[in-house]
This record gives sequence, structure tokens and C-alpha cells, in this order.
Amino acid sequence: MVEILLDATVRAGTPILFATLGAILNERAGIINLGIEGLMLIGALAGFAGTFYSGSLLIGVLCAFIAAFVAGSIHALITVPLRGNQIVSGLALTMFGIGVTALFGRGMVGETIVGLERIALPGLSQLPIVGRALFQQDLLIYISFILVFLIWFFLYRTRIGLGLRTVGENPAAADTCGISVSLYRFLAVTTGAGLVGIGGAYLSLAMTPMWIENMSAGRGWIAVALVIFSGWSSHRAMLGAYLFGGITAMQLRFQAIGTDISTHILQMLPYIFTILVLVVSTIRLQKGSSQQPQGLGQPYDREDRK
Amino acid sequence: MKKTMVMILVVLLAGFTGHAFAQGKQVKAGFVYVGPVGDAGWTFAHDQGRKEMEKLPFVEPSTYIESVPGGAESARVINGLVRRGHNLIFTTSFGYMDATIDVAARNKDVVFMHASGYRTAENVGTYFGRMYEPRYLSGMIAGKMTEKNIVGYVAAFPIPEVIRGINAFTLGVRSVNPDAQVRVVWTQTWFDPGVERDAADSLLDVGADVLAMHQDAPATLQAAEARGAYVIGYNSDNRRFAPNAFLTAPVWNWGPLYSHIAQAVHDGTWSSEQIWWGMKEDLVQLATLSDRIPADVQTLVNERAEEIRTGNFHPFTGPIKDRDGNEALASGQIMSDPDLLSMNFFVEGVIGTLSN
Repeated sequence: MVEILLDATVRAGTPILFATLGAILNERAGIINLGIEGLMLIGALAGFAGTFYSGSLLIGVLCAFIAAFVAGSIHALITVPLRGNQIVSGLALTMFGIGVTALFGRGMVGETIVGLERIALPGLSQLPIVGRALFQQDLLIYISFILVFLIWFFLYRTRIGLGLRTVGENPAAADTCGISVSLYRFLAVTTGAGLVGIGGAYLSLAMTPMWIENMSAGRGWIAVALVIFSGWSSHRAMLGAYLFGGITAMQLRFQAIGTDISTHILQMLPYIFTILVLVVSTIRLQKGSSQQPQGLGQPYDREDRK
Repeated sequence: MKKTMVMILVVLLAGFTGHAFAQGKQVKAGFVYVGPVGDAGWTFAHDQGRKEMEKLPFVEPSTYIESVPGGAESARVINGLVRRGHNLIFTTSFGYMDATIDVAARNKDVVFMHASGYRTAENVGTYFGRMYEPRYLSGMIAGKMTEKNIVGYVAAFPIPEVIRGINAFTLGVRSVNPDAQVRVVWTQTWFDPGVERDAADSLLDVGADVLAMHQDAPATLQAAEARGAYVIGYNSDNRRFAPNAFLTAPVWNWGPLYSHIAQAVHDGTWSSEQIWWGMKEDLVQLATLSDRIPADVQTLVNERAEEIRTGNFHPFTGPIKDRDGNEALASGQIMSDPDLLSMNFFVEGVIGTLSN
């Protein structure tokens, strides 16, 4: 039972994890992105359509990354060189994503593909309790494990990562050091968007191999909240995504076993968790121990420097 | 977040010739949909009905507006349809009830029909279907097909419409297999493919070998297909999502009802009423049965279907016990429509959470 629960937790958490990691990259460079929900849908449709027409899941994943990368570049263009309002641009991106996928997804509704298969890692997959959840998953889940490490390594152990964090914390200082703030921000937004797109593709390629309008069903907004919960760090993003996935998986399984818990309490669980997240992160903010990048949400213009 | 983009499509039909010869009133109908016509479910079924209605000679090309959120937005959309000269407006989701009544109060010359609600007015009628009838029949099939005697049911919200479906289904299951149980998992959403899939998986994990559902996405079908179980769909015939697992589905067939209402408006005989049609009027049906269902079971189900159609059998006929063993309906009695519409208990054989 625990094995199955952990397995369901990882699977439910993975799309949110990809989206949160992408959003962390955005915000580490100082750009807020509320377009996550729209980008997930764009990724989901592009991933499905790519797989449907090419017959290859890998090409599908690549299509998802590229489509979300391109869509993310709209947000990057507005917020970086044009220094537009990041909140407005992000919301517009979400609306754009919902509309454009509804329009172009018409032909894909009702089509079917063969979804991502599980790959059991020899030996490890037989481990008790965690074997099934961690080592008997599909390729995208393995990639998400590696990505969590890679993003940490990139941000804290590479020179470019240091530059990116500086751009997010204090763009003027980064500029003084000869770092191109615009280039860093642009690439962080677009690459992050690409990762969000893969999160969307996980929905349409692995979780439920099909395309239906609005299939992300609010997961993008959960990712936006989890960025704050994670304190902008990739391993805590993993914890948050699995906590969220785990709560859903757990309450469904409690019901399936036949425990007679009030449906109202079950319904409240995800929201209670959301409130807890907000409380904890607000306390951290007041203590001054928040990890929020100092330059978050502020457009940078060299001429404005004080 | 609901859809923000509203697309308006006017479907053009050849055949304006109806004009010249029509005796009564020309009918120009407008439809307000809660989802996209491509949802392969609820809205898709309504749109099929709309197309069938358009075949009537006195019906002008109709208009539909997709993915309209309930509340204030829907009032704006309904008003727009009135302004553009529609004289018969169908609002196809529960969430449009108050908006429909409000707009109708200011436009007495337009006929409004609201699906699944309970508020009426001089120029507002309601309509819905007795989906519990085909649900009962699909339960009989599930009861015959389960080997482990555990049937899973992925359900959206604990409201009377869904509870009625679960109970009818369970009565059907136990009419042919008194040892079987129906396990219910609530997803608390009409539409979230990921959660629906997980709910279906959780039922398969506890040993269910036949699944049924009351959801708008076909994720439950995929779950059953992937794990080699059987599945009963809902809304429309979605067997392409589960070519091996699909047994049948209780489905909507709005065409006859929409044509009937258009005819009444045309003839000037329309009056406000609460329509609740069933299998007799062909508003609800069972999708073509899969070849995997043995012939004797098919015969059994078809015979029962005929009894329902002719009015000789009602799924909610006593004795019916609730799941605590108390008598819910005395022997020989048939449950009244008000009781059916406000149903809030599980019958014997259902395992699931339900706070009364």
C-alpha cells in the first residue's frame, strides 16, 4: 500500500515539479511569471501533437519544450527589453495559452497515442518501499530527478549560475560586473518556460495520454505558489510538488479503501495545505530569512540606476 | 480558471427554402455551452442534438457559444443572443440558472429552456433526462462482468444527480450479482484528467475489475484499458479511448428533445414545464454493447431496457435498503420524482464516503 501511495505521489507531483523548476529559473533572474498555467497547456498540446504526427514521444517532448520556449519568449520580450509590467504580461500569457490551445487543439480532441512507458531500473526497482516510486518510472520522471540536481548545481556551483542569481538579486551590480542583464533574463525566462512546457507534456503524454482543452486544470497556479514555498530552491520544490501530489493521492486512496471520512474534510485537504504554505512563507518573510530574490519583479534599466 | 476566450460560430446550412412555405413561426435558436463542442462529452452531446434539430424546415441556422462560465458572464452572453434576434434559447448547464431567469424576465417574447435546473418562469422551462435508467442497465452488465465482485465508480461531486446515478448503477449490479460491491471515490471535480486517472487507479489498486464513472474527461477509460480491466463510460460513446476495456456507456441523445421543443415553439403550443424524459422518449440511451459482453447478458439487458421503455419497470422500485440496512423504500413502491431529485443516501452495496 505504501509503495503504491508513494508511486502515485511521484506521478501526481511530476508535472507540478517541472513547472515549479521552470518558474524558479524565471524568478531567480528577477522575472515573475504568472503565465505558467498557459505555458503548461501549450506544452501539453505541442507534446501531444508532436507525438501524434511523428509517432515519437521524444519528438513530442522536444516540441513541448520548443513551443513553450517560443511562447515564453513573448513574456521575455515584454518584460526584459520593453520593461513591461510582469504581472500583466504573465496573466496575458496564461489567457493566451488557454485560448490558443483551445483553438489549435480542436483536431487533437479524441485522438489517441501510446503514452510513456515505465522503465524499471535493474536491481534498484526491486528495493522495498521506494523501489516502485523511484526506480520503476517513465523517462520524464527520471529526467525530473536529474533536473532537480542540475538546477541546484547550476545555480550554486557554476559561474553562469552565480551571474544569474546576481541578475535576480541586484541587476545593477551584475551590470557593473559586465554581465548582460538582458541576455541572462531573456534566456532564463525562455528556458524556464520550456521546462514548464515539459511539465504540461507530462500530462498529455504520461499521466493521461490524450489532449483535452484546459487539461492542466489549475496545476500551473499551484506551481506559482510552490515557488514561494520552495524558497526558490530546486530540492524544496521537489518536496513541495510531492507533498501536493501526495495529498491528492492519499485522499483518493483513503476513499478507495473504504474509510468513511467526511467528503468535506477530504475536499479541504489541499486548501489547508495551501494556507499552511502561505503562513510558513509569510513568517519566513517577516523574519527576514526569505530567499526571495531582491530584484524580483523590477524591470532593469541602466539609465534608471541611482 | 474558466475559459476566457469565447468563440462564436454560426453554422451555415443550405436550405433557406423553408422560409417561404412555413406556416407558423420561424425558430431561431441559440445555445449556451459550458464546455467546448470538442470535449467528447457533455457539450459534444448537446451539439449533436442541436444539429439534429436544425434539420427541421422551420428552424433557421442556429448559433452556439462555447465555454461560457456561469454567473454574470453567462447573463451577458444570453443577452447577446436575445439582441441578435434569437427566439429560443437553450442554456445547457446548471450554473446558468439565475442568469437565464434574469434575462428571461426582461424578454417575455423569447422562450428559454434551462438544462438541469429547477427555477422556471412564464417563458422559462427546464429539461433534463432520467439518466438513472441506462445507469441501472449498465450496472447489470458490470455485475455480470466482474469476477472479483468489486466494481469501482469514479464520481465527481456528492450531489443528488450523481448519487442517483451511483444508486441506480448499484441496484443494477446487485440485481444480477448480490455479492458484488460498488466502491465510490469522489474526485471533487467535473473535469481534471489527472485526478480522474489517479482516482481510477486507486480503485484498480483495491481490486476493482470493472470501472464506471460520472466525470467529463475520459481518463477513467484509459486507466481501465492500461490495467486490463473493463470500463463503462458516460456522456457519449468514447470507446476509442479504451478499445478493449469499453463495455458500454449511458449516453445523452438530445436531438429528439430539441426538435420537440422547436416544434412546439413553431406551432405556438409551447408552455413552461419541467421536462424529465427518459429512455421511453429516447433522450437517454445505452451505447452499443461491446462484443465482449456474452450474448445471454446482452439479451437480459435488452429485455430489461424494453421493460423500462414500456414503463413496466422502474429501477427505484422497493424494497430498497440504504447501506446501513434501514428500509429506504417499502416493497412494491416506486420512488417519487421529488425523492429521486433530492436523493442523498447510498443504497446497500455501495462503499464510499457520504456525509448526510
